[in-house]
Amino acid sequence: MADPITNPATPEAIFGKDAVTAAMADHIAIVGLADFITDAKWDRQELTLTVAPETIVAACEAAKSAGYNFMEDVTAVDWYPTEPRFQITYSLLSHTFKQRLRVVTRLDEGQSIASITGVWPAANFYEREVFDLFGVPFTGHPRLTRIMMPDNWNGHPLRKDYPVEGYR
Amino acid sequence: MSETSFIEEEAVSTRKTPMTHETGVKDTTGTTLAGFRPAEDLVPSKVGTQTAEDMIIPGVEDVVEESLGGHKPHGSDPVSDQTMILNMGPQHPSTHGVLRLVIEVDGETIVSLAPDIGYLHTGIEKTCEAKFYAQVTPLTDRIDYLCPMTNNTAYALAVEKLLQLEIPERAQYLRVLFNELTRIQSHLVWLGTHAMDIGALTVFLYCFREREELLRIFEAVSGQRMMTSYVRIGGVSLEPPLDLYAKIRAFLKSFPSKIEEYEGLLQNNPIWISRLKGVGYLSAADAIALGVTGPPLRASGVDFDVRRDMPYSGYEKFKFNVPVSNDCDVWARYVLRMQEMRESVSICLQALDGLPEGRIVADAPKIILPDREQMKTQMESLIHHFKIVTEGFQVPAGEVTSSVEAPHGMMNYYVVSDGTAKPYRVHMRNPDFATLQALETMCKGKLIADVVAIIGSIDIVLGAIDR
Repeated sequence: MADPITNPATPEAIFGKDAVTAAMADHIAIVGLADFITDAKWDRQELTLTVAPETIVAACEAAKSAGYNFMEDVTAVDWYPTEPRFQITYSLLSHTFKQRLRVVTRLDEGQSIASITGVWPAANFYEREVFDLFGVPFTGHPRLTRIMMPDNWNGHPLRKDYPVEGYR
Repeated sequence: MSETSFIEEEAVSTRKTPMTHETGVKDTTGTTLAGFRPAEDLVPSKVGTQTAEDMIIPGVEDVVEESLGGHKPHGSDPVSDQTMILNMGPQHPSTHGVLRLVIEVDGETIVSLAPDIGYLHTGIEKTCEAKFYAQVTPLTDRIDYLCPMTNNTAYALAVEKLLQLEIPERAQYLRVLFNELTRIQSHLVWLGTHAMDIGALTVFLYCFREREELLRIFEAVSGQRMMTSYVRIGGVSLEPPLDLYAKIRAFLKSFPSKIEEYEGLLQNNPIWISRLKGVGYLSAADAIALGVTGPPLRASGVDFDVRRDMPYSGYEKFKFNVPVSNDCDVWARYVLRMQEMRESVSICLQALDGLPEGRIVADAPKIILPDREQMKTQMESLIHHFKIVTEGFQVPAGEVTSSVEAPHGMMNYYVVSDGTAKPYRVHMRNPDFATLQALETMCKGKLIADVVAIIGSIDIVLGAIDR
């Protein structure tokens, strides 16, 4: 299974923390999140920074003070059977700099991640959706219940090992 | 089964301990009508000063629990201490689809409110993972069914970014043209239903008269009235029929006078003014904290429009104003959307005037289906056609986000490819989903009738929320 974080796609793409940091040293996200970046890529004019799951709240706060004032989206990608399995993707936007930043982190199955509702209350519904459809628990979320599926549903539909058709 | 039994069942099912009829919600229905609280006890005084931190949306259970916590046995306390749970939807006409709201009311004042969604969840994101890239386009129509062209554009932009595909200018202009016509169409549905919720039925009929003209234009260009699938990966699907430009021009010529007609019915109407002005206050800080985008964000004084600030599909070539208001209420959102329709007319005219000649699809025979004529006469085209239809086309691995300004707000498509012919993950960030989070903030301390006005003003489509 090809992994977009490490798999080169376009000739102008830059991969790896050191290469991206060197090429875009004065970028507000690279400066603001310098302490948290574990991996980075610049691909198709989009910047993706990987951070460790335990530092996600601190990283989001750093991004917010760096100028990314708006939380657009929280979602997940299931890279089953690759380990760690889940990629949580946070999409941030700066109204001032008119830039978008993608912060990603990787989680094993059953591993939980801190909720960022303290930084942006807008993450509330999005984290509930990820919990519902992927089964990733968020600690510190004000109400982590299913949002799309009925409360008594078994399984998490957007996982790759959940069948597309047939009986559950 | 009495009429109130559904409400009662809801309350019982979401409560941890069984509830008896003596303390049930039913008993409060008769009594709260008489008990008004003194004005200083009501929540509205606090509304303006709330900060984003204490605005975490409660769940349905929270609302029910909170109300039962403060509830004393029937007859032993002043009725003014009691609150009542009201279930609104999912089949309520003013919720614009299958939105269910559980509302705690004190008299007629909203104490807390919880949206309950998921009634229209169809698993489109899961379905996308089982389709070829080109087969996903018709699925995107069904998400925000009032602006199919915009959904198509957002998805096409994401896949084109993955493929690093250059789109011919003519296709870009056609996309802009139909995106803006879609914006007018979506705003017409918003205005019609919003006015109907407030009680002005005439406006609804007028709006749908003009919408009909637009749907005929969409039908002429794509063969479908609503689920157009017109914007495809690599360009647009068909060359518009020759007389269509004249039809669009005729529509654009008459439409500004129609906007004036709607305003003549509404702008100075005392009922319309008193129902809209000062209702549904949402400060700029709260709007940003709660993820609100599009017209509601601009009505709260944040000057951000994806079309102007992060242009896509050639929007940088067009001149238009982005209306912004600092009033932060339902009235501001109404005025702003009316203004947006006028701006859309101007963008459409610019697109028609500047429409360049040339191809309507990118030059990529392995990605875009050849035209019928070529396929039947040339061996090469036949092979491409066969390959694309049976195996799809491979997309280089990567992850991209495309962002467009949909009629309801900022719409993002997040597409992840693993190098095969089917998307590994497609995620839609719809504006409606985030805007719904701000509903409680806007409704707290207002009346039930205001909830209806506020839902109308945030302009949600449940297909986009539940996906």
